[in-house]
Amino acid sequence: MRLSGSWSLAGGIPSTGELERELAGTVVSRIAFDTGGLGEWDTSILAFLTSASRLARERHVTIDPAGLPQGLRRLLALAEAVPEKDGARSTVSDDPFIDRIGELVIETHQLFRSDLHFLGQLALTLGRFLRGRARFRGSDLALLVQQSGFEALPIVTLVTFLLGLILAFVGAIQLQTFGATIYVADLVGVAMVRDMGALITGIIMAGRSGAAFAAQLGSMKVTQEIDALETMSISSMEFLVLPRVVALCLMMPLLTLYGDAMGILGGAFVGVTMLDLSPVEYLLQTADAVGFSHVVGGVFKGSVYGVLVATAGCLRGVQSGKSSSSVGDAATSAVVTGIVAIIVACGVFAFVFYALGL
Amino acid sequence: MEGRAAITVRDLTMAYGDFVLQRDLNFSIRTGDIFVIMGGSGCGKSTLLRHLIGLNEPFEGEILYGEESFTRAAPARRMEMLRRIGVLYQSGALWSSMTLAENVALPLGEFTDLGADEIREVAALKLALVGLAGFEDYYPPDISGGMQKRAGLARAMALDPDILFFDEPSAGLDPISARLLDDLIIELRDSLGATIVIVTHELASIFAIGTNSVFLDSESRTMIDMGVPTELRDHSEHERVRRFLRRGEL
Repeated sequence: MRLSGSWSLAGGIPSTGELERELAGTVVSRIAFDTGGLGEWDTSILAFLTSASRLARERHVTIDPAGLPQGLRRLLALAEAVPEKDGARSTVSDDPFIDRIGELVIETHQLFRSDLHFLGQLALTLGRFLRGRARFRGSDLALLVQQSGFEALPIVTLVTFLLGLILAFVGAIQLQTFGATIYVADLVGVAMVRDMGALITGIIMAGRSGAAFAAQLGSMKVTQEIDALETMSISSMEFLVLPRVVALCLMMPLLTLYGDAMGILGGAFVGVTMLDLSPVEYLLQTADAVGFSHVVGGVFKGSVYGVLVATAGCLRGVQSGKSSSSVGDAATSAVVTGIVAIIVACGVFAFVFYALGL
Repeated sequence: MEGRAAITVRDLTMAYGDFVLQRDLNFSIRTGDIFVIMGGSGCGKSTLLRHLIGLNEPFEGEILYGEESFTRAAPARRMEMLRRIGVLYQSGALWSSMTLAENVALPLGEFTDLGADEIREVAALKLALVGLAGFEDYYPPDISGGMQKRAGLARAMALDPDILFFDEPSAGLDPISARLLDDLIIELRDSLGATIVIVTHELASIFAIGTNSVFLDSESRTMIDMGVPTELRDHSEHERVRRFLRRGEL
């Protein structure tokens, strides 16, 4: 076989088709090489030679590498030095469709079981906490309260204020046709306090704290910090998960109340600047419309969302794999799980509160 | 230092799902030994260590601490047994949100009746033992890898364990730091009377400190030899063991 010219990966790897035809047509027992005209070469010639030699092996033809340049000869020997390990090549993608469905079902089932296992452990841990027997560091809890509560104030302020503003605009357009713009106060007040304040704060927390919890626990798994806790017989459930759930459970009601107030301010801003209502008039109208039960209901919903977000965040963190990409997946999954859980809970609450006439 | 068995591994088979990593492992680690678990990359050395400290469950077989089965112990009893061991993880695994002193102090606070001042004192002492006096208030990310490992060792020694486990202690350390860590390990064994179990493939350490060893083979998926590392190097009947211990030269 004569190899000549310059070979580069940029120019592509020539196919072995010609060689195959040649071998099929005649009886050949040995292939030698003439590389007199060979110019520059790189991996492309090596790739060509390895497939040629595989072809030759299949047809019991000897390859005589003596004619090849020395470097190429050594590379070829190196590429074929370690035979492919049986079973090392992944075969997953070749599985039949049905197999893959089955595997998916088994995986889902296992994931569901591990979710339930986590929830059960969390319930037991909360029980120990309520009896004052859970072990965790107070300073961790304080830091988490600061991170997930106080430090969330700016974003909660911005989002809930704008939400109040948007609700006021939507209401104003409808109510102006009846000349009943004062009822914008009712609309914004009731909507924010009953549902929207808790809902939007919950979603903010899912994106902020839920993702943070998952990433923290996931990377602690990568660095074996969780293993280190377990081998010191300190429960990671008590030491890591519990303070996070408690912190959000404490902070969400407060953030919800704060978000409600900001939303009402947003509405008032529109009322005063665009609808010619006086601030006092607007706030009195709001106070009239919003009942105590609305406030309690909203705060209750907020607390539940807090527990859901913290649980989803910690669950996905604990389930995270041991690579940096799986920590990213865990954070993503924590946010998705958190938001889905909040929306589902919100739907359930809407139904239950309606049925109870609240 | 011939002693009774600190840890006995009996008919242990380790598997991930259906994939059997190692089977039929039988050996015991005597008290006072510096026992080396060695073998090529990916043979299951670290996984064996995880089994020994209860992070993975055996597929078959059991692990005994002294005379008592660790594998079959009730969870509460297991926690008690774990309190007698200390583990130095490959990456140190210090809790990154706590200072070095807090890292060492945590187990002391959890499992002893010491007061806050005494705990601080003991934590500072343990850090001094590994050459980190004065670094009490540093956070793990602020110190070098070698220092993190030593701090991890201080934490592992916090409760004066009977058995200390090391996962690749010299990985990622420069030769001098690795040597110092080896010396420290021997010093600890001699002064504290602890049993040491080390997972490593660092030949220099294996010969310098190992008093007994087991060789896990990834091809036959079981242990093929055990004994004093230098003797295995010179007289093992298995070519693979001799080759491993002589860096591939026979």
